[in-house]
Amino acid sequence: MAEQVFAYITHKNGVADDSALELIAAAKAVFPEAAVTAIVTGSGAALETLCEQVAASYAEVWKIDNQAFAYPNAEVVRPALKGILPDAAVVFLAHDTFGMDLGPGLAIQLGAVFVPDAVGFEGFEGTALKVVRQEYGGAVSTHVQCDLAKGAVINVRPGVYQPDESKAAGGQVVDKSGALGDLTAGRRYLETVAAEVGDVDITKEDVLVSIGRGIEDEDNIEIADDLAKAMGAVVSCSRPIVDAKWLEKSRQVGTSGQTVKPKVYLACGISGSFQHMGGLKGNPFIIAINKNPKAPIFQLADVGIEADILDFLPELTEKIEEL
Amino acid sequence: MEILVCVKRVPDTAENEIEVNSDGTDIERDDLVYSVNEWDNYAVEEAIQIRDNVGGSVTVVAVGDEESEEVVRREMAMGADSGVLVSDDAFEGADGQGIATLLKAVVEKGQYDLILTGAQADEGGAQVGGMLAALLGRPYASLVNKIEVVDDKQLKVGREIEGGNQEMSEIELPCVLSIQTGINEPRYVGIRGIRKVASVEIPVMGSGELGVDAATVGAAGAKVKRLDYFVPDLGEGAEMLEGSADEIIEKLIEILKAKGGLK
Repeated sequence: MAEQVFAYITHKNGVADDSALELIAAAKAVFPEAAVTAIVTGSGAALETLCEQVAASYAEVWKIDNQAFAYPNAEVVRPALKGILPDAAVVFLAHDTFGMDLGPGLAIQLGAVFVPDAVGFEGFEGTALKVVRQEYGGAVSTHVQCDLAKGAVINVRPGVYQPDESKAAGGQVVDKSGALGDLTAGRRYLETVAAEVGDVDITKEDVLVSIGRGIEDEDNIEIADDLAKAMGAVVSCSRPIVDAKWLEKSRQVGTSGQTVKPKVYLACGISGSFQHMGGLKGNPFIIAINKNPKAPIFQLADVGIEADILDFLPELTEKIEEL
Repeated sequence: MEILVCVKRVPDTAENEIEVNSDGTDIERDDLVYSVNEWDNYAVEEAIQIRDNVGGSVTVVAVGDEESEEVVRREMAMGADSGVLVSDDAFEGADGQGIATLLKAVVEKGQYDLILTGAQADEGGAQVGGMLAALLGRPYASLVNKIEVVDDKQLKVGREIEGGNQEMSEIELPCVLSIQTGINEPRYVGIRGIRKVASVEIPVMGSGELGVDAATVGAAGAKVKRLDYFVPDLGEGAEMLEGSADEIIEKLIEILKAKGGLK
């Protein structure tokens, strides 16, 4: 197949996102022979340097320099891509907050299939690509068949593919900044409001007692507080606890919360969604306690305990206090 | 403001353990408890709050089988003014684009200023809102965790981006937004609320009423087809601690000591 394969590169402060190198690996997993073209949109002097760095890893880099791309607004990027992409192009995006904003609408505009949150690829049957996805927060996996005959926008889950660090592509930068057409959009970026800083900084802690839905009730949070106190640790949490307003946003571990690097992570009543695990870096030792033996967290943890945290944590606290 | 909120009936993951059925064709659906998709419930609450502030009405639409009527009714009990069920056997097997195409037909039957969806649902695609916006040719913002009505022409919205930061934008009406959890605190729906709407008629729209060719949105038109469900072989997984509660705790304390988990 002679597809034209692209990867859209996100970047911040002149540095390409980790996904830039993961997307080559993902694209090669689908099209081993393809020369993958990176698309980089942005504005200003730093863009050229960035494009040259990306060209070490991609066969070709399309640089699109315009003041309208000073901030990455998917509503502006989408029509620009629609204008320059060839028919039946296959475009790889990271399934992050930008890729989720850009991808579905881009697929519609290109008349292409949209493949959300891909975690694996298992080859073609004709023009149909077999893709691995997860549903129900990672509780089950599924194979889906996606028809790439009219092109595709494929959003790849961040962190699934190992970054391709070979930097041996020796690609060239091609300026595609001309003839972009009208770049006014119905959505205009105003500002970024930084996350609130809480009373504790969980990103600097070595030991975290982290709670999820299994804590069941706001009143039960003291069980985790007591254990953390006994261990000399700090309490963090998964998203549902913050949504319920039981703990501050600054305590949330995950892609939409804090990225933490503890030595030991005690995951209590946390199922282990990829958004949550995406906030855990530095290869911590993970201990999972969950009453559901099929919780995905048990696939990811080093040590697992099948137990109801509401019973188990107080007993553990008591024993630690006796030490 | 006239607001349409798109909702979905899904297995409640807080109430069920989701497992693959014996032949891998589906999840095990016996005894599943269903509810409205969590993200959608936040979207309905947000719509009700906007209506209460600036006036207008809230319509809830679900695409699904006839059982989906219960989630439309639940969201009406919450405070939505009217509901619609989009249901037709011919829609079975629709992919994300198929669902978005059906919703587009619903939108075009009304005069909506604002269309809300949940940011994602049980399948985790996070796609229908963005597709719907593109099909309608309207501005879109995903993962919205704040909405301020500026006037009848535009909103100020916040998107939840990486690291818990919030990206603020202005967006022109009419537009489509996908709503992130945590944007508000959805109100409790009591039995009295449910009773009040128990006898309200919820119109059902099929292929004919919507004027959508079922061949383009059902299984035949789907570009994405699910082949099976499976449990991936991820290798060993965790070392499970076994024994009595005391034995497990003893082992765990030894592990915590060894790994620096106790100070």
